[in-house]
Order: sequence, then C-alpha cells, then structure tokens
Amino acid sequence: MLSHWFSKAPVKKADDGRIQARFKVQHPGFALDVALDLPGRGVSALFGPSGSGKTSCLRCFAGLDRPAEGYLQVAGEVWQDSATGYFLPAHKRAIGYVFQDANLFPHLNVRRNLEYGQRRIPTAQRRVALDQALELLGIGHLLARMPAALSGGERQRVGIARALVTSPRLLLMDEPLASLDLKRKQEVLPYLERLHEELDIPVIYVSHAADEVARLADHLVLLDEGQVRASGPLKDLLLRSDLPFASEDDAEAVIDGLVSDYDMHYGLVTLSVPGTAACLRLPHAALPVGHRLRVKIKARDVSLSLQRAEGSSLLNLLPVTVEHWHDLNAQVLLTLRLGEQRLLARITRYAFDQLAIHAGQAIWAQIKSVSMLAP
Amino acid sequence: MPLTQNDLDAILLTLKLASLTTLLLLLIGTPIAWWLARTASWLKRPIGAIVALPLVLPPTVLGFYLLVSMGPNGFFGQLTQSLGLGTFTFTFTGLVIGSLFYSLPFTVQPLQNAFEAIGRAPLEAAATLRAGPWDSFFSVVVPLARPGFITAAVLSFAHTVGEFGVVLMIGGNIPGKTQVVSVQIYNHVETMEYAQAHWLAGGMLAFAFIVLLALYSGRAGKLRAW
Repeated sequence: MLSHWFSKAPVKKADDGRIQARFKVQHPGFALDVALDLPGRGVSALFGPSGSGKTSCLRCFAGLDRPAEGYLQVAGEVWQDSATGYFLPAHKRAIGYVFQDANLFPHLNVRRNLEYGQRRIPTAQRRVALDQALELLGIGHLLARMPAALSGGERQRVGIARALVTSPRLLLMDEPLASLDLKRKQEVLPYLERLHEELDIPVIYVSHAADEVARLADHLVLLDEGQVRASGPLKDLLLRSDLPFASEDDAEAVIDGLVSDYDMHYGLVTLSVPGTAACLRLPHAALPVGHRLRVKIKARDVSLSLQRAEGSSLLNLLPVTVEHWHDLNAQVLLTLRLGEQRLLARITRYAFDQLAIHAGQAIWAQIKSVSMLAP
Repeated sequence: MPLTQNDLDAILLTLKLASLTTLLLLLIGTPIAWWLARTASWLKRPIGAIVALPLVLPPTVLGFYLLVSMGPNGFFGQLTQSLGLGTFTFTFTGLVIGSLFYSLPFTVQPLQNAFEAIGRAPLEAAATLRAGPWDSFFSVVVPLARPGFITAAVLSFAHTVGEFGVVLMIGGNIPGKTQVVSVQIYNHVETMEYAQAHWLAGGMLAFAFIVLLALYSGRAGKLRAW
C-alpha cells in the first residue's frame, strides 16, 4: 500500500543499495569496533546484551555520535568518511530515528510533533503523507493530545510515525519496545510488522529481546562487547549452533579466584576458588601466587556430570551444588553454587532429565572455557 | 501630591534602566547560559564563578572597579574616549553597563538551570527530524525553557530596580540622569524627608513582594532559593 511511495526513491546501482558502515569508538571502559555490510532493504537487527554497543552503533548511523574512525554509506551516498574528514551532521541525514522512550517533544501536541520533521523536508521529498502514517500506526484519533496524555504504546507509535513522515532513506529504531510492558509490546509489534511489510525502507533495529528480533528481523548482527560476533540472514544464524541466540545464552558468571600455581610449560594459571577445593586453569601470562583474578564463565560453556570425568580433555572440573534452574525452551539454565559464588550452566532438557537433577544436588561442572574479564 | 517631580523622574528612570538592562541581559545571558549548560570545557567552573561574583561581592566593590575602569584613566574609559564616546561614568549608559554586570547572575543562573533540565534528548530528537542547531534552539529549547526565561527576566528586572551601591559609585546622584529610586530614598532620608522616603520605600516593598508572589505562584515553588 505504501510501498509505491517509497519505490519512487532514486534508484541507484543495485550494489549501492547496501548499507556499509565501519565505526570505531574508544571510551574508557568501552570500545566499539564494527564493520557492517547490511542489505539495503528489510530489517537488520543489531542484537546483543546491554553494553554490547548496539545503541552506540545506532547513534553513529544517525550522526548523533561522531566516531573518531568511521565510514558510512547509505543508498550509494557517503554520510561519513573519516579518511577524508567528511561528516554529514545528524540533521542533514535522511534518517528516521525512533528512540527507546519515544522522546516526543513535550511542548507540542501529537499533530505538531508529527509535523515537526515533515515540515523540515522539501515537499518534493515527501513520500509518506501524514494520513498514511496515521493509518499505518492507528494514531489518527490522538492528534490533539499532548504527549503526557498518551500511554507508552501510543507514544511509541507516534514516535514511529514522526520518524516515518520525514520519508527517511534509513529508519533507525533503538529498542522501541524496551520501555513497554508485555501488553503494550503486543500492541505495538503488529504495527512494526506492518511497517516491514508495507514500506520498502531499510530498518536498523536495535534490541536485546530475542523474541522481537526473531519476529521482525531479516538480517541479524550479533554484537558482543563492541564487536561483531556474527552477521548474516536471520534464518542462517539461527541454525548455527556456535552462536547463542536467546538472550540467556549470553548469560555468564563471574568468578573470583586466587592464583595458586603457574605452569610455565603450558602457560596455565591455576586459580583456587576461595571456600572450595575447586581449581580453575586458564592460559595466562605468569602471575604471582596469591594474585586475585576475576574470570567469567559463560553458561553455555558449562556442562554437568554426576561423576568426575576421567581422561577428559577438560581442564576444569568443579564440584558444585545445584541451586535452582529455569527452562529455556528445550534447554535448562541452572544456577550452581561454587563456594560462596555462583556459576551458570545451560544444558539440554534431556540431559537435565537424565541427570535427575534436583535442588541441593552435588554434581560436577565441566567448564569448557574460562575467559578473562575486561579490566 | 506625596511624590515630587524628582521622585517621579527617579521612578521613570529606574523603570527605564531595569527594562533596558533586562532586555540586554537576555541577549547576553542566553548564549553564556547555553555555553555553561552544555560545555565540557575546564573553563566552565571559572566562568561560572565569575558570572556569580556579583551575588557575593558588595555592590560598592563592583561599582568601584567599574568606576575605575570606565573613568578617564581606566582601560575601558581610554577605549571609549579613543572612539570619541567620552567616558561613561556618571551617565545613564554607565548605569546600564554597571547593571549588566550586577544582574548578570540573575539572568544566567535560571537560564542555565532551565537549559540543563532540558537535557540532550529533545535536541537529539530535533536533529534526527532535520532541525539544525539554530532551528532546534528556537523551536525546542526556547519553548521548553520558557519558565526559565520568565524567571530570568523577572529576577533581573527586580534586582536592577533594587540596585543602590553600584549606582552610587558609578552614576552618582544626578536627577533625571542617574538618580534612581533607591538613591532618591537615600536622599530623602539624608534630608529628613521621611514621609517621601516612606512613599518610595513602601512602593519598592510592594513591588518586590508582588514580583516574588507572581514568580512563586507561576512556578509553583520551583524557584531557586536565591
């Protein structure tokens, strides 16, 4: 219905339709270093735990942040190229930006909020009429209201419409559903799906909610600690067992240990876990005995067995106690007690049943990998 | 008629001085407040402190330095003389300049608070909706900071009306030129004309009370303690 309005956009060479981006941001305690090549149509989701750099990345797309090193090309047009020092400021980019909390202007009613951006683009570039956006998002009856008199879901729909009527060539959405409760989410989601079906406009959608992404995205970018862990069509990535998808998959535990030994030959540090007889070994530069070291163990790197596995290549076997668990579809995420600390393990429902796991059970946790925590 | 022609002249002059000062201060104070609200520069604190100085300095100290600098041998006086403008001491222009310094914090601080309260979010929304920096300032910041502008204008006006020490130092006591109400009250008391002093002082008291009452009612007690 609306698609023909968007298809009037100047058509460039097919290859030029892609969105190419490279951003490098360095702050104390945070680094973003991504190179992305996203399709010029459909919804690309930036997915990852909080702190993974999704929003930072989106702000770079919008020009709200200016990364020291960056390149961005949208629909054949370069918006930023730090190699030449070129940076198109946010207000000159043909973007629509949907903020996490809608960010409507509190001093303007819904109609004037919607018109704010629309009035600032030349008439010739208006490809989405106000009436169409109102219809698409079902907000026609709200025009005279002030933002303070809207529900969260209504506010978010107005925010989306406000971005749409600027006829953007790239729609950026920063967790548009995150601040809504389940009911409001379900109220807005169908509109997002309609948007997807009816508008021929590329969307970059930031989310940490797996269900939203699974529902909306065509292309998926997994971000973790400011790095791209994977990027590809959603369906392909969902099949890849090496990639965690559910948000709980990135769950990890932090364990504090004391260096009790250092193996020069293998370059392995042995950590004793206070209050237990357990030891963790991990590759590390030499450290003095007694040095405090904090490591993280991802839930998916932990498996469980009833007996101490002998002859295994696994270095790390820890005696733990089952504390509690919860179901993740076909899998189970368990919280395990290790001395005064806690460990997370994700195992299959089948394994869970086979092991006849119950609360308070003493069991062996096999740790496939232990990694360092960023300082 | 309890008020003499001199008294009426003093009232008119006071209102003229306060109006002009307020207008100029809004023009000067807005960019300063905006800069103070948004900058991450190390200069923020020193500049903020300089702006706030008139809050704690005795007006005579401010007036003394202004008198010296605007006088024939002062830096500013030399400058105005070389431009063929003469010196500004004991003139209405000099009073306006003095009042600008004296009331500056009363403009800058409410505005700075208002700008800081707005935060980045509305400006970012404006930028993503194609509004450039000037555009977003006038279409978003000014309407959102309107209570701040009102507070700044009212406080600057009232504070300038209440000025005494600075006026006396740099303006003297010239009827119709630099003789403002507060100085005129002083004159009346000096010459034992208590009845007239009462009329003017009572008028000032009522004025101050009405201004503050209007401010507090209008802003529902959001006004800062100063």
